[in-house]
Formats: sequence, C-alpha cells, structure tokens
Amino acid sequence: MAIGGFLFSLLVSTSTLAEPPSTAQQPLLMQLTEVKLSKALPVLQQLETSTGADMMVLFKTMLAGKLYYVKEDRSLIVVSKEAGETRYSDLFSAEPRHDLSKKQVKKIKVNNKLRGYLRESIARMQLHHTDPEVRVEAVRSLFSDLDKPTIELIRTARLDEQSRSVQAVMDVALALYRVKHAEDATERLEGVNALQGSLEPEVRNQLTLLVANDPARSVRKAAQKGLDKIAQQAEMYGFINQLFFGLSLGSVLLLAAIGLAITFGVMGVINMAHGEMIMLGAYTTYVVQLLLPEMIEYSLWISVPLAFLVSGLAGVLLERLVIRHLHGRPLETLLATFGISLILQQLVRTVFSPLNRQVATPEWMSGSIEINPLLSLTLNRLYIIAFALLVFMLLLLVLKKTSLGLNVRAVSQNRNMAKAMGIRTDRVDAMTFGLGSGIAGIAGVALSQLTNVGPNLGQAYIIDSFMVVVFGGVGNLWGTLVAAFTLGIANKFLEPVTGAVLASILVLVFIILFIQKRPKGLFPQKGRAAE
Amino acid sequence: MSTLLQNVFGNAKGFARLNGESKVAPFVVLLLVVTVLASACNLLLPQDSIFYVSTYTITLLGKYLCYAMLALAVDVIWGFCGILSLGHGAFFALGGYAMGMYLMRQIGDRGVYGNPELPDFMVFLSWNELPWFWQGMDQFWLAMLMVLLVPGLLAYVFGWLAFRSRVTGVYLSIMTQALTYALLLSFFRNEMGFGGNNGLTDFKDILGFDLQSDNTRVTLFIITALMLSGLLVLSKKIMQTRFGKVVVAIRDGESRARFIGYRTENYKVWLFVYSAMIAGIAGALYVPQVGIINPGEFSPINSIEIVIWVAVGGRGTLVGAVIGAILVNYAKTKFTAIMPDGWLFALGAMFVLVTLYLPKGLMGLWSQFKGEQAVAPTPVNPPNETSASHNPEEGRA
Amino acid sequence: MSLLDTTREVMRRDQVWPFLQDDTATVDISHQVLLYVEGLNLSFDGFKALNDLNLYINDGELRCLIGANGAGKTTLMDVITGKTQCDSGTVYFGQSLNLLEKDEAEIAQLGIGRKFQKPTVFEAHTVMDNLELSLKSNKSVIPTLLATLTGEEYDQMDQVLETIGLKGERMMLAGSLSHGQKQWLEIGMLLMANPRLLLVDEPVAGMTVQEGERTAELLTSLAGERTVVVVEHDMEFVRSIARTVTVLHQGSVLAEGSMDEIQNNPDVIEVYLGEAP
Repeated sequence: MAIGGFLFSLLVSTSTLAEPPSTAQQPLLMQLTEVKLSKALPVLQQLETSTGADMMVLFKTMLAGKLYYVKEDRSLIVVSKEAGETRYSDLFSAEPRHDLSKKQVKKIKVNNKLRGYLRESIARMQLHHTDPEVRVEAVRSLFSDLDKPTIELIRTARLDEQSRSVQAVMDVALALYRVKHAEDATERLEGVNALQGSLEPEVRNQLTLLVANDPARSVRKAAQKGLDKIAQQAEMYGFINQLFFGLSLGSVLLLAAIGLAITFGVMGVINMAHGEMIMLGAYTTYVVQLLLPEMIEYSLWISVPLAFLVSGLAGVLLERLVIRHLHGRPLETLLATFGISLILQQLVRTVFSPLNRQVATPEWMSGSIEINPLLSLTLNRLYIIAFALLVFMLLLLVLKKTSLGLNVRAVSQNRNMAKAMGIRTDRVDAMTFGLGSGIAGIAGVALSQLTNVGPNLGQAYIIDSFMVVVFGGVGNLWGTLVAAFTLGIANKFLEPVTGAVLASILVLVFIILFIQKRPKGLFPQKGRAAE
Repeated sequence: MSTLLQNVFGNAKGFARLNGESKVAPFVVLLLVVTVLASACNLLLPQDSIFYVSTYTITLLGKYLCYAMLALAVDVIWGFCGILSLGHGAFFALGGYAMGMYLMRQIGDRGVYGNPELPDFMVFLSWNELPWFWQGMDQFWLAMLMVLLVPGLLAYVFGWLAFRSRVTGVYLSIMTQALTYALLLSFFRNEMGFGGNNGLTDFKDILGFDLQSDNTRVTLFIITALMLSGLLVLSKKIMQTRFGKVVVAIRDGESRARFIGYRTENYKVWLFVYSAMIAGIAGALYVPQVGIINPGEFSPINSIEIVIWVAVGGRGTLVGAVIGAILVNYAKTKFTAIMPDGWLFALGAMFVLVTLYLPKGLMGLWSQFKGEQAVAPTPVNPPNETSASHNPEEGRA
Repeated sequence: MSLLDTTREVMRRDQVWPFLQDDTATVDISHQVLLYVEGLNLSFDGFKALNDLNLYINDGELRCLIGANGAGKTTLMDVITGKTQCDSGTVYFGQSLNLLEKDEAEIAQLGIGRKFQKPTVFEAHTVMDNLELSLKSNKSVIPTLLATLTGEEYDQMDQVLETIGLKGERMMLAGSLSHGQKQWLEIGMLLMANPRLLLVDEPVAGMTVQEGERTAELLTSLAGERTVVVVEHDMEFVRSIARTVTVLHQGSVLAEGSMDEIQNNPDVIEVYLGEAP
C-alpha cells in the first residue's frame, strides 16, 4: 500500500505520535536550542546517529522552518500557520499547546548548508526505514533533484538493499543520474537502456528530453525506443484501468440486476420498485452510521445483513400485499409496483430529506493499491467487485443446494407442475421476492460506498438492471453475470470515445437491436415449456 | 373548471355505459358544448361577471385536453391491443419539439440576441448556421408534417424492430421506457441542437397571431377540443372495422390470430404508428398553450403517468381514457396547490389501488354500478393468456 | 438473415418474385400427396423431440396421429404450422411449397388450419366476429381496414353456424360459451377459412360423448374434400374415425397402418405395454 506509506511519511511530522526522546538525546536537543547556527551541524549529526526516538519529525519540521523552542523551558515545539491562525504544538507528542503565544517562542534558524544536510539525512533515514514501501517512496521523492551526494547515498544504500522493488527504483535513480550527467554518450546510452521498462513519470520526462536534445544519435534512438515502450505500456495499463472500471460498473450492475433476475425468472413480473429496494439498503447503511457514529469501521458488517433484512422484509410485504393479488397480470404488476416505488421515494424524501446524504467509507476500504506508477486500483471498487462475486456465489449455492433453491427452480421452470407436486408456490413466491429484494438491499450497501445516497438512487438502476436481465436471458444466473460484466465493460470502453451520455444511449440501442437477433437473451431457456 | 367536471359527471349517467362500444358520440357532443360555452364565457363576458372563465382556466383546460388526447393514444394501443407503452411521452415530446421549432423560428429577430436566423440558444452556443434539421421549420406546413412524421417514423422503426422479433409483454414495456430514456438523455445534450436542458421557449406568435392574446388562446383551446373529438370518433370508427377486431384479437390471443393468417406484427406496427401520431398531435397542441417544451417531457415517469390516466378512466373504452386524463390532472392541479409533497403519495397509491381494485377503471365501475353485464372489449384477464403468463417466456412466445 | 443471403434469396432463379406470383398460390398435388415431412429433427437442450421423422399425408385423407406424451405429436404440428423452427429436415406442402421458409400467417393463408389442444377463441369477440376474423380473405392491413362482409360471406357464416350448432349463440361473446361450444367454435373458425389441410389437436377433450360423436361425424364428412390430420388420445374416438393411423414414438414414426394392423403390431405393443410380445 504505497499510497498509505507515502501518506505516513508526509504526516509523520505533524500527526504521528512519536516516542519521547531518550535520555541520550535530551541534552543534544537542549544543545540544539542553544548553539549558534554555524555549530548546529555536529549536533544534528549526533542526533542522526543517536539511538532512541525517531528524529525524522525533528528534521522534517526543521527543514520546513517550523521548528521553534519555548524560551522558558527550551522544549521544542512546532509552529504552523493554518488559515491565518498560528498553532503551537509539542514536537514529539503533537499535542497542541494553547498556552503559548508568539512572544514566548523562538525559531530555530536554518541555513542552506543545514537544509542540504537535513534533506540528505531525511532521505538517508528513509532509505534505511524498515518499511520497504517507505524506502521506495523515499527514492522516488529523490528523482526530481538528483545530485551527486544523493546518488552516492543511494548507491551505498543499494549495496545493502534486500527488497527487489526498492532495488529496482534505486537502479532507476542511478540510471537517471547517469543519463542526465554522464559526458560519455555510451554511458548515457547504457543509462537509457537501464531505464527501459520503467514506468516512472520522471523517466518519461527525461526520455522525452533526450529525444529532443541529446547530441548522440544512438542515445536519441534508444530513448525513442524507451518512450515507445512506455507509450505501449501506458496504453495497456490504460486498457486495464478501463477494464477495471468496467468490472466495477459490471459488479454494481450484477448486484442490482441479480435480484431482479430471480424475481423475474420465477414469477415473470417486473418489480419496478426494485430500485427502491436498493435505495432502502443504501439508507440502511446511512442510518446505521448515524446511530453508531463511533463504529464507522464496522458499520458495513452491520449494514449488510441489516439491509438484507430491511429490503427483504419490504419485498415480502410487497409480494403479500400487492403482487399476489395481481397474479398472472404482469403488466398490471408493473404498474402497481411502479406506484409503490413512487410512494417509497416520496417516503424517503419526507423522512430524511430530498437531498443526497453522504455515507462514510471505512478506513479499510479507502485508498488504493498502486500496481505501478500508471495503474492504481481503488480499494472500494476492488472490494465491491469481490463482494458482488461473493454474493453471486452464495446465491448460486442457495439455489443449488437448499430446498428453497430447489423449489424456486421448480417454480420458475413449470409453475403448475410444481404446484401439483405439492410445492407451496405462494410461499416460494414470497420467499423469492424477499430474497431478490434482500439482494437489492445489499446492492444498496455497496452502492453507498460509491455514490451519495439519495431518494433517486434506485431509479437510475432499474432500466439498466432490466437490460442486464434481458441481455443475459431470463432464468439464468450465469447469463446475468456475463451480461452485467459485458454491459459494464462496454459502457466504460465507449465512454472515453463517445462521452457518458452517448455511451449509455449506444448500449440501449445495442440491446434493442440485440433482442432482434436473440429475443431470449444470451443464454435462453429451451424446450416446449419455454414457448 | 368545477362546472366542467359536474357536466362530465352529471351527464355521464346518460352515456357512459360500457356495453361493447362506449358511447363516443354523446361525449363528443358534450365536449364540444363545454368548449363553446367556456370559450364564449371567456371572450364575450366582462371580467367581473360570475360566469367569466379566465384565460388561465382556458389554457388549463386546453392542457387537460392535450393530455386527454395523449391518454387516447395510449388507450388505443394498450386498451385495444394490449401493448403497454411506457414511452408514449416520447412521441408527445417529439410532436411538441416539432411545433416548438416552428414557434422558435417565428421569433425571428425578437430574441434576446436579435439574430434573425438563429434561435437564441444557438447564438449562445456560438453556432454560425442553422443545423440541417432546422431548415424549413419556419414553414408551418412542414412543421405540421413533422409533427406527424417524426413520431410516426420513430414508432414505425421501433415497432418494426420490436414486433417483428415478437417482443411483447413486460419486455416491450421496458423497451419503450428505455427508448424514452435514451431520448431524454440525448435531448439534454446541447449538441443535439434542441436547446439542451432549457428546451425551447419564449415563443411569440403562431401564424402571426400573438400567443399571449385571449383570442389565440381560446382558438387553440377550441382547435384542441375539435381535434380530440375528431380523433375520438376516428379511433372508434377504426376499432369498429375488421382491422379493429383483429387488433382486439391480437390482444387476446396473438398466436391464434397468427394461425388464422394475420400478420400480427404489421397490425401492431400500424396501430403503434397511429397511436404515436395522435401523441405527436397532442404534443404539438400542448406546446403553444403552455409555452415551453423541454427534455423533461421525455422522462420515463411522465410516460408512466399517462398509463395511470388511462387505467383510472378504464382502458379499452376511449372515452374512459379521456375522462381519466382530465380527472387525474385536475386532481394533480388541486393537490399540488394544497400539499405539494402529497401528490406523489397520491399518485403512487392511485397506481396500486386502481390496478388492485379498479382494473376496469371508472367506466367499469360505472357499468357495475348500473348492474350491467360488463361486456366491454376489455377482459381484464384474458383467460388464454393467464394460464401461462406467469411463465416469463410467455411474454415473448 | 444477412444482406447477402437476402439478396441471394431474392435473386433465386428457380423462383418467381413474390409480387409476381399468383396471389392464390396453388398447391401442386400431382402425386396425390399433400404434405411431405422428411427427415425432421428437433432437439430441446439435448432432448430429441423429433428424431428423423418422415410422414406423408395423401390428399383428402383422414389421418390419426397417436403416441404417448412426449412422442412429438404437438411438436410436429408446431413445426408444420411454423410455430417452431426445426433443426433439420424438410416440410413441403404439395410438390412445391416449402413450409419451413414461411411464417405462421403465410402458412395459414396457404390453407393450413390448426385447432389447438386447448380451445383458443377470441373471448372478447362475439361468435360472429370470431367467424368473420377467420374468413378466407385478404388479410393484410389495408384491405382488412376497409373490409365489409358481403352477402355471400354472410351465407357462408350462417352455414358454418348451422354446422357447429351455434346459431342461437351468434351474438354471444365467445368467452361466455361452454368448453364444448368453444371447441365447436374453433372448428367453425377452421371451416370458415376453408382450409386445404386441417390439423386438429385433441378435438374431443372435454366434450361429452354426444358432442364427441358429432365431432367424429363432422371430421369424417370433411375428409375427402379436405385433408384432416387428427391428434387424439381417446382410442375409442380414433377407432370411430380412423382409416389410417400413425403411431409416433420418441420423435419418430413407429408404425403406420389401419387400426387393426396397429393394434397387432409388436413394436406398438411393446412400447405401449412395456413388454416384448
């Protein structure tokens, strides 16, 4: 989790609680506040090699020119200006010191020499940090201003480096330096060759510069080759990125559509309130977070089953109260459930508000995985893809292995026969509806992690979900899976070419045309009973 | 307004019996009488007279009649052919846009930017010339032709594609909804050249008559009433021919109709086109009266609302659809004035209650009330469909 | 069908363009055979509903099809009338008309009438309207819109009403008829269309014995002038009308012959009684 590591190193100076300095360090720190500017260097050097607290905070704060000390007790503090307000806080504990004022503190001065030392020292410390990801970030942060001492630093660090990924970035740094500063064309060429395959933006910039400016033709050519390779890679990773977004959209579509697929497959009715079941699930998440504000991290674990229950119950009620009485009249069912969806939407508007609500994302779901500089996958989308597949598998298991599943499959294939076999079709209907709606509720939980929660949340998905069901073929969960991902990916690949609106229009048109060729979807049910 | 409703109801006893063919003629007479009276009361009486009908009311009535025409369009295909279109708002809006384009061109250089050729929004988007599809729309006859042709053509293409591959039932309904949804998205785009989000508005005059004047308003209202009457009579006539019988036969047993030799898809397509054209005319009459057309008219919920008007009135009765549209919209006007938030609750409840308890609508209720055997061409539950319709495949079989 | 295929189809040399063809496409029965069904195969998800089925129906014949459930009787009718596409095989009406490339409506207009297992009449229409709709006439949109009943057609309708015994119910809604009456009305609709070939699926299901007898009478009287294929489970009924019986089993023809021959056929006995003779 490189981003996390990077954030860590950024935040370390202000927010992380560092250990208090050891007894060996205390006098050195005291000295730092007393010595003249010209004598500060040895103190810092001693501090760097001292054991005890991590001095990174100190160095960084000092480098930023924010290091002060309290005149009275000579303790070190950080002075920062935020929104025009001066804030004082303890250097190591980061606790705010409200008792201080401008007159009580004094700045510890830094000159260029010290700054240079500090910078190197920080890089050194980071280069030897225990977390390899911090080390990678440290090297990467040095890319932009590589000078001789830094390179030496990296070169020595490289000798002891164990981690492959750190070694790789270090090599890139060394090669970059060589390319930039080597007089000899062959050496530059070697550098360029060593850079091949790296996707760092800095490498790309450097190569572009070389292509334009380098006096040696061979270097220009090699650089061009490297650039082409990078462009090729960029294209590929762009493709993967789009694929990822497509999969992400597909998984949302899958979650939204699969409940619909079940109810439509078994009962032959379209539940226009299906979108509102999704909305109910999303609002359940919102309410859970509202009621348990201190448990945001775990809120989703509570929300998922709760949303399933809330939406599932709503579905069962809907079936019992309305749909049952419209048996065998699919068009009327469509109208009645549309009415229900209007009522539910308005209900939410009245109870909560017509405005969108923000649902917090737990820590473990935020952030992203950086595969390489060109490709990073956001965690929440990854989790949702996995979650959708998990739900799909569970549903498949329920349908294949449980008696409810057996009944559901029986009823969806031949209702009258199932009835004659003694299956209580009305109960199966209610259960199916509950199951389908419950899954919609779960979809709502997932959606709440991607967008804001509002009364119109579900509406946007009903047409798309139906398209998925039609495309995949009724009564076939695998069809729904394939259709959801196909449509999701198609949508995301069209988007950059045509724009989002035109992309959805094209997908709609495609489905309308598709039905011409295969009126029963990708995976149709066959047989005379299916006629 | 209330007098109109009293009239509708007061006289309803006389004609709204549902015995095979609903009584279109008496309703048309009533409609025309009310129209003439309302118009006369607006134009001839002084403003302080208690019988004075305000121009606002006239416009409102005109709007209701446009909606009624739209409901008629839906009833023709849903009530008689069993095709539940959830996208008729699209045809309405297309007709409206065709009229809107004409009205837009009539503004000429009186717009904000004073460009004699280009409508304001095009100047705003810094376009330099009129897109090809705006050419000639300043000609009234061409615009009127488009009012019929554009919805008709769209209905033909869509219907041909859908009916030929035997898409029926809920599939078709959702497809129509997807159609109007796609159009909604497209018309929101500025690049489409129809004014994007804001649509077309700020109309000045039609055929040289000022749109704000009482005379023009009343004339538009009268034209709408006449058109509605004409279409009611025409629709009824069509439904009485053998074509109409085939249509009902398709509704009750499409495969059977095919097995006795009817190309049912052709019948459905042409009925769909006819219905779309009615919707287009309704839209074209609607726009000059309300003064604006924007992409909101394409939104799926509008189209579904039309269906509930028909359901409330009673489908397959023509007159019922018209009455339903007027009643529901009257209720909407009143309701949104009193408690705006409540309307969606009421509308939602209406959907549920009508489908559950009033499947034949008010017309059905009326005939029940009269103790008559409802022998309308509206079997709520055609038996030969019921037996298998819970099978999802049945819809497309 | 792709554009190329369409073009090829349109430009076929051995056929006259449809609009140049005579409106009343003639059925060529120079070999006395009206219906050729050859090598028909159809499977639903691995289940072979029709398995290399061959059947020839002579002109003017009354043929009974029997067989257990799932033997392919109704599926065969579905294929002949264009409701179901078969996987392979040919179906010819007369010498020259390939039924497989026509849709239900065309096949019906060629003169093949079908009566379903379940009576399917237009319930919201009167008996008269039901008959009017089945009338042999130009069934495209515009002519239908302008159609009016001629005196001759009225007479024909009266005649049919007489035959099916629904004269008194002519203005009643078909939906309010009894089950047996609906069966009769459906037969009446077939008669109105004046078909060349009648495919009748279980005509006496749900009829009383008397009604069944009348149906048998009617069907026998129709044969000769028209060709009738009857699918029936009721053996008594089959015996009372049958001249030739075809037994279907697992999608193909098991035996064919007179009722007596069939009853003594060892294969049939084995299949029906489940034991070797």
